[in-house]
Amino acid sequence: MPDQLQIERSQPGRPQSDRPMIEIRNVIRSYGAFKALDDASLTIREGEFFSLLGPSGCGKTTLLRMIAGFDNPTSGSIAVGGQPMEGIPANRRPTNMVFQSYAIFPHLDVEQNVAYGLKRLKLQGGEEKRRVEEALTQVSLTGLGKRRATELSGGQRQRVALARALVMRPKVLLLDEPLSALDKKLREQMQIELRRLQQAVGITFVLVTHDQYEALAMSDRIAVMFGGRIAQVASPKEIYQRPVNRQVADFLGGMNFVKAEIVEENGASLVVDTLGFGRVKTDKPKAFVGTGGGATLGIRPERLRVLWDNATAKFEVAGKVVERHYFGEITHLIVEIPGLEKPLSVTETNDFGADDIPVGTSIRLAYDPEALVAMAD
Amino acid sequence: MTVAAEGSPPLRMTRARRNALLQSEPVQGFALISPTFLYALVLLVLPILVVIAHSFWTQHYLTIDGTFTLENYRVALTEPIYRDLLWRSLYISLTVSFFTVVLAYPIAYFISFHGGRHKSLWLFLITIPFWTSYLLRVMSWKVILGYNGVLNSGLMGLGVIDEPSTALLYNSSAVIITLTHAWAAFAILPIFISLEKVDRTLVEAATDLGDGPLRSFLRVTLPLSAPGVISAAPIVMIPTVGDYVTPKLVGGKDGVMIANAIQAQFGKAANWPLGAALSVTTMVIVTLMAGATVLIIRALQRLAR
Repeated sequence: MPDQLQIERSQPGRPQSDRPMIEIRNVIRSYGAFKALDDASLTIREGEFFSLLGPSGCGKTTLLRMIAGFDNPTSGSIAVGGQPMEGIPANRRPTNMVFQSYAIFPHLDVEQNVAYGLKRLKLQGGEEKRRVEEALTQVSLTGLGKRRATELSGGQRQRVALARALVMRPKVLLLDEPLSALDKKLREQMQIELRRLQQAVGITFVLVTHDQYEALAMSDRIAVMFGGRIAQVASPKEIYQRPVNRQVADFLGGMNFVKAEIVEENGASLVVDTLGFGRVKTDKPKAFVGTGGGATLGIRPERLRVLWDNATAKFEVAGKVVERHYFGEITHLIVEIPGLEKPLSVTETNDFGADDIPVGTSIRLAYDPEALVAMAD
Repeated sequence: MTVAAEGSPPLRMTRARRNALLQSEPVQGFALISPTFLYALVLLVLPILVVIAHSFWTQHYLTIDGTFTLENYRVALTEPIYRDLLWRSLYISLTVSFFTVVLAYPIAYFISFHGGRHKSLWLFLITIPFWTSYLLRVMSWKVILGYNGVLNSGLMGLGVIDEPSTALLYNSSAVIITLTHAWAAFAILPIFISLEKVDRTLVEAATDLGDGPLRSFLRVTLPLSAPGVISAAPIVMIPTVGDYVTPKLVGGKDGVMIANAIQAQFGKAANWPLGAALSVTTMVIVTLMAGATVLIIRALQRLAR
């Protein structure tokens, strides 16, 4: 079926250069026998909004602190803007950081906090005042300059921390879980604002987060990390749709896993046999290493659609609803498919009445074979 | 009948009020502090009142004349010897508190920032001198600073001086050295506590914004630990003004302080009213000075911003 609607596939935003801004080469950080970072290599481009995503203890904060200069690699190298960072202390690096706790100086007011780093530069003729004002405007804090840090709300403190770092005009802005202390609504609003701000100033942003939605919503590219290793680096869409392994797939939202047998394997594609979905041909992931003919096939719950009445689809599976969970705008169905060891999760929007499907109903589900992704076991 | 009808409701009210009174927080609080409060009242407030009363009376050999007079205060404030002693006491106590705070700060800083897992051990080590009596600690300084003392023999052994120096002991410097050592722990602890409260991320943030170690210390750590310094200074200053053991043992003629004069008035000189007037004068001046110190440090703190 030809595409009737031409959809812009790439993320909208300011054009990025391909010039590298941060080059991380084979970085290892060990504490005794424990390796917080195990041979991490990564290139972050100029003007990019880049996220380090992973569960706590995966090494993402360690990596961020190494870029900032608060920690040093046991081995390996880090370069920022083409300049090797080895031996350069944190106060002389072209990076600035937004701390998780915001680290607003309690003995200073908002203006003094923002001007903190500029004081040392001894700017001439009102330049300092002008830049502070500009930074406060960028983060929509005009008029609050004389407030004490203790009189600010969480969201405002976060903006002060942001302005204080941006006013230094760093090459790279590092953000250590900046939104984790905010409530859900404010967090979602700040995600949009942060992204907009990054587009406006054009500075390379490196964000550390454990919230997959945050990373997906804001980033140009994401590095997913587990146990000190970088598992995958790709655009949000690719990370979500083409995760390299079960761990990555699982971390980025729900995923149905189906056991598969490899029938045919060549350079770019893979043919597998499954019990529920039959014989499927899919793209072969770059990092795929077949282990003894076994593989795992994954499909996201929202890529399975309920077929109503006599509607048919080219690709469909039949099963029985065993559980139903209502979430307002969507309904979560658990569907048992004969032959599959685990029932499938299906997320369906409620505009056709998925929330009224009784448990026990036999239903058919349509899917797009494109949505099936092969992963190494 | 009318009396009973009118009488009973207020009675019930009173009982209810009494119960409420017993359960109210302020009352419970007063009940808890009352033993200490009474103790302080009997052994601190009353003696001070007696001293204040005496300061307005006159001594006639063995009897005391209870007519009101300001003569003692005139003597205390205008007689050169007492004025000099008071000035010297204030000078010594200010110098001692200054040096104590300046020397205590690095120690507190070291324990707080670099003590690592051994913080409690370091604090414990600081209390070791207090295991011996105050008198013994003062005496040990005599051993160190004396004519044939450790310092003199050490300097002679190194060939720095040819004969023992007499400038070390029996003067106000000896008093300052001894008191500075004696009160160190009282300054280290409050400064340590305020340094512990300084959020380490703030120091990192200052570094991130371009400050080297010295700048971040002066702009973040020092202003934020000022409360410790503010409380340490009076803690050292107030008791040292009135110290009389140290000047008596290591002060010699040059190191005599106001407390020695007060002791003499209550003892050998047997002029209680004058002693009392000197005490009250000292108390008032110390109070004013402690208040001024706190205000000055606060002003400095505001300037540093």
